[in-house]
Amino acid sequence: MAAPKFDNPIVRWIDYRLPVFTFMHHEMHEYPTPKNLNYWWNFGSLAGFMLIVLIVTGIVLAMNYTPHVDHAFDSVERIRRDVPFGWLVQFIHMNGASFFFIVVYIHIFRGIYYGSYKSPREILWILGVVIMLLMMATAFMGYVLPWGQMSFWGATVITNLFSAIPLVGEHIVSWLWGGFAVDNPTLNRFYSLHYLLPFVIVGVVVLHVVALHTHGSNNPLGIELRGKQDSIPFHPYYTVKDFFGLGLFLTIFCLFVFFAPDYLGHPDNYVPANPLVTPPHIVPEWYFLPFYAILRAIPDKLLGVVAMFAAIAVLFILPWLDRSPVRSARFRPIYKQVFWLLVIDCLVLGYIGAKPAEGWYIHIGRLATVYYFAHFLVILPLLSVFERPRPLPLSIGEPVLGGGGPSPPGGGSAGAMERA
Amino acid sequence: MAATADGAGGDGVTRRDFLEYAAGGMGAVGAAAATWALIDNMNPAADTLALSTTEVDLEPIEPGQSITVVWQKKPVFVRRRTEAEIREAEETPLDSLPDPMADTERVQKAEWLILVGICTHLGCIPLGQKGTDEKGEYGGWFCPCHGSHYDTSGRIRKGPAPENLAVPPYRFLDDTRILIG
Repeated sequence: MAAPKFDNPIVRWIDYRLPVFTFMHHEMHEYPTPKNLNYWWNFGSLAGFMLIVLIVTGIVLAMNYTPHVDHAFDSVERIRRDVPFGWLVQFIHMNGASFFFIVVYIHIFRGIYYGSYKSPREILWILGVVIMLLMMATAFMGYVLPWGQMSFWGATVITNLFSAIPLVGEHIVSWLWGGFAVDNPTLNRFYSLHYLLPFVIVGVVVLHVVALHTHGSNNPLGIELRGKQDSIPFHPYYTVKDFFGLGLFLTIFCLFVFFAPDYLGHPDNYVPANPLVTPPHIVPEWYFLPFYAILRAIPDKLLGVVAMFAAIAVLFILPWLDRSPVRSARFRPIYKQVFWLLVIDCLVLGYIGAKPAEGWYIHIGRLATVYYFAHFLVILPLLSVFERPRPLPLSIGEPVLGGGGPSPPGGGSAGAMERA
Repeated sequence: MAATADGAGGDGVTRRDFLEYAAGGMGAVGAAAATWALIDNMNPAADTLALSTTEVDLEPIEPGQSITVVWQKKPVFVRRRTEAEIREAEETPLDSLPDPMADTERVQKAEWLILVGICTHLGCIPLGQKGTDEKGEYGGWFCPCHGSHYDTSGRIRKGPAPENLAVPPYRFLDDTRILIG
């Protein structure tokens, strides 16, 4: 990791006094990255890209938005109809939130599949869960700002979750509202926090990346790098791969922005908020549906709220629930299957969350909720003990370059060194 | 370490330790006081609190009819109950209720049921005010959000809501007017 030589004298002058160019060279250029990363590793940088898109479009939207109960709805409609390119900026922001969640959820499932949360990456993982929580808070408050019926009643239902807290619940809710109901003070503070939290997310993302670069990326084999021959510089190999993935991603994103901007939304949010009429069927945005299904699966108010938060809290302790020393599901025959069951379970929860809480939906929702917690709290700890993992390759190069059967410990990596 | 210039006692505690704890403690109190101001700042403001009473004229309400008025920005249901509704509410055995409360404790005059029209589950407005609304299995109100059923006394009978619909503070100004709040 010698300091790079820069040709440009101005760059040299600056770098001698403030080594930003050396820093960028280390972390974005020569940064050694496992050479076997697949396309599932694209979603981290896609998430970073979406965060920037949302911040930039959000700043522009704020220039025309009015955070007042009498004007908020109309100001958003004005942005969409009268403000030059306002429709584009608003559609990008609105759909961008959904795509941010799509990308982050895939990123999280990739981490779960390849065991990216295991030592020494536990703090990296925990910071990621913190980012997801901040995203949820930000997205929820952002959805309130257009002040449609779903904005208002979503805000009412979600803030009322806190009334389930014994003794102080009602006071906390009134404090959150700044009144006796969701009203102008609520809208104002949500706007203030919706503007603030993305920058907090940026801060946590920086920590997330620092933690990542401390031990480097995990990889599809889930084994440590044995030496220089197992890694390639981040630039140009992964910058170009990330850009290619970004191109594909933007194609799909633009399909929604330009041809189906309201597909992921809810028509009731184009009815201005009415504090005296609850829409007959309230649903949150799609990315909250699995958690909403868990909330409704439990017939007790307090326990339902506790279960919903526990569904996220369980992710914080995931590195200590899964004690298997093998990271990647490729070498864990049973874990690989329960992983896909978990994915299906989350999709089922999402489907149930969108349906009214009646009849068979209740039973399926309860089963899926039980399975969700069983996966983390029962299946993973048991698998750590009873599962027999398949033998790991000795190095990242070995499965590709051959090298016969398992060689004695140390021999394989030494051989790989020679090949390099 | 225990220099005599610091005034160390026999137990090794110095005057400097005391100053550090005292200064640190004072700083913590100051920080907590400033934080309290910021937290309390988010509570309802004086003008919001001032909207505390609502007067309702009961004259135009027919038996069996309900109206919704706004008190503290919250909907309040005022229902003039029919004889059958009153009888049903009074004759319901208390041990069949999730949140047991006699109907007589919930009304000042049996004919007039005054309730905060907010579901005690997660704050939706229950249906049942209009003649065409679904009133639930117990003839009172039905919350469409998560399926809570309330009876003709506004008591929770079925569904996830933990409590009965709240009765706001109110008094009769005369036979046909009430003051809520």
